[in-house]
Amino acid sequence: MIEARDLHKAFGAVKAAEGVSFIARDGEITGLLGPNGAGKTTTLRMLYTLMRPDRGAVLIDGRNVADEAETVRRALGVLPDARGLYKRLTARENIEYFAHLHGLDATTTHARCDALIAALDMQDIAARRTEGFSQGQRVKTAIARALVHDPRNVILDEPTNGLDVMATRTMRGFLKQLRNEGRCVLFSSHIMQEVAALCDRIVVIAHGRVVAEGTPDELRTNTGEANLEDAFVKIIGSEEGLHA
Amino acid sequence: MKFLHLKSPMLVVFFKEVLENIRDRRTMVNALLIGPLLGPLLFIVLISALTDREVQKSEAPLEVSVIGAQYAPNLIESLRQQGLKIKPAVDDPEKKIHDQDEEVILRIPPDFAQSWNKGETAQVEVLHDSSHRDSGTPVERLRRMLEGYAQRNTTMRLVARGLSPSVSTPLIVASRDLSTPQSRGGVIFAMLPYFLIMTLFYGGMYLAIDTTAGERERQSLEPLLVNPVARWKIMAGKLGATFVFAMAALCLSLLTFAFSGKLIPADTLGIQLHLGAYFIALTLLVMAPLALLISALQTTIAAFAKSYREAQTFLSLLMMIPLIPTMMLAVLPVKTQLWMMSVPLLGQHLLIMKLVRGDVVTPNELGLCLGCGLIVALLACLVAALVYRSERLAISA
Repeated sequence: MIEARDLHKAFGAVKAAEGVSFIARDGEITGLLGPNGAGKTTTLRMLYTLMRPDRGAVLIDGRNVADEAETVRRALGVLPDARGLYKRLTARENIEYFAHLHGLDATTTHARCDALIAALDMQDIAARRTEGFSQGQRVKTAIARALVHDPRNVILDEPTNGLDVMATRTMRGFLKQLRNEGRCVLFSSHIMQEVAALCDRIVVIAHGRVVAEGTPDELRTNTGEANLEDAFVKIIGSEEGLHA
Repeated sequence: MKFLHLKSPMLVVFFKEVLENIRDRRTMVNALLIGPLLGPLLFIVLISALTDREVQKSEAPLEVSVIGAQYAPNLIESLRQQGLKIKPAVDDPEKKIHDQDEEVILRIPPDFAQSWNKGETAQVEVLHDSSHRDSGTPVERLRRMLEGYAQRNTTMRLVARGLSPSVSTPLIVASRDLSTPQSRGGVIFAMLPYFLIMTLFYGGMYLAIDTTAGERERQSLEPLLVNPVARWKIMAGKLGATFVFAMAALCLSLLTFAFSGKLIPADTLGIQLHLGAYFIALTLLVMAPLALLISALQTTIAAFAKSYREAQTFLSLLMMIPLIPTMMLAVLPVKTQLWMMSVPLLGQHLLIMKLVRGDVVTPNELGLCLGCGLIVALLACLVAALVYRSERLAISA
């Protein structure tokens, strides 16, 4: 379970997050939806311990990130916005590197690598150096690397960014599989259809605040729009109206 | 990739960086081939060319153009007997010297014979340009021949008048050169420490950039830092890899020097070069703290840089620093004091010079150099660790 409590973060005069609060539960896919520049990446970076919030707290499985950053990171699988691979290592070596950093033993590393390579359908590229990989192959490797330690909570920043239709479908299937395994899946996106197709719960973020939260049905009902995209526009639009 | 399933994340990072860079041909060629080999080879070519010229100048027959040779046939004959080749007179000797057509010209005035015969002091002129380094040796040789002729005639005149030749030489200066062959070699080898220090800079530079600014530019630093490993441990693994590459480059460079040292015409210069196993071992020991210091500085600076290119620029500027002690020691003839050993760069420089000359290095000097070097290096590592704690480190652009 991932809980954000009143997160604030400013970079100089720019306020990236101004009181973000929400909960992402186990066995659910939670989507963080918002336009570009809404503060999604900053919020996620605070959640996965890369940044310290100016105010507020992050709890992962009930543990406070500020107090137990390393323990929390063991329970966290992260696909950041930056997902560069080591191009002079093979895909498998990239995954193994992170396994070793997590302190996994040889047997576990081997088993986890095999399982992820099979689940992500990347047997054909596992032994190849990652230089020259396609965008889809790179994302697969980055995800395998992020999940090698079998984390209960998974955070993905725009996981389908730059993927083609087929790769996006595979990715969606994989996220659903993670949910069905009982994990807490939180991902960010600015693409409406994606969130609608995948999420059990949606957190809409704009101008560094949570402006709406609920299941897709709740969002439709609350806005009185039959279409989720219209609901989204209404939520964001009215919020902008308030600020104007 | 067999990381040997190491328990320590520091070693995991270390071996991964080493492996990845061993697979990078550009890094290997630059850090472990060009750096360590080019230095010694360049050095030997320079030294050989320099000594060849010196040897040639002092042994080759000296040819000097003489103006007014007809006024002093005896003098000319004497010079000829001393091995001087007389060239015919030239027009406008001042211009010839200025244009470097002639290194030295001897001018005998028309009234030479008249003064000589009267027993007065006769004068000859040696024309040269002392601002041309090249002219030093021939001018010196010509002057010695002329003085030899003068001295012989003094003696003859005194004897002819029934006086002892010692009347005209109340004092004779006997100079004894106490330099040993090793210390003379050391003068030439004052540049050696600089080459070795540069090898350290060059050996680690690519790794320092690749593991920090490069890793951030390739967008892999953020995922790396999300692992449950303290940032200073990640930094330490990277720093360790940089350090090992710097030391490997130094080791190769020392071996190259040891093997190619035989190409230097040391015998003709009457010097002995101490580049054996003792020199290599002690140099590696003395340089280890410096290598750590340089690696930490490079890592820190590369972590600050916004991009790979910027890091390259900064680190190239950093390479100017070892020039300071080299220039200082070349320009100012300072006497080596014990405290100098405690200054990083300067201490290593002086100790290596001592080693090449075959001087004894005292335990005090060695201890001070190693101790202070290590303290400063550890401080630099601490700074690097602090930089790694910065929130902005991971985030590119």
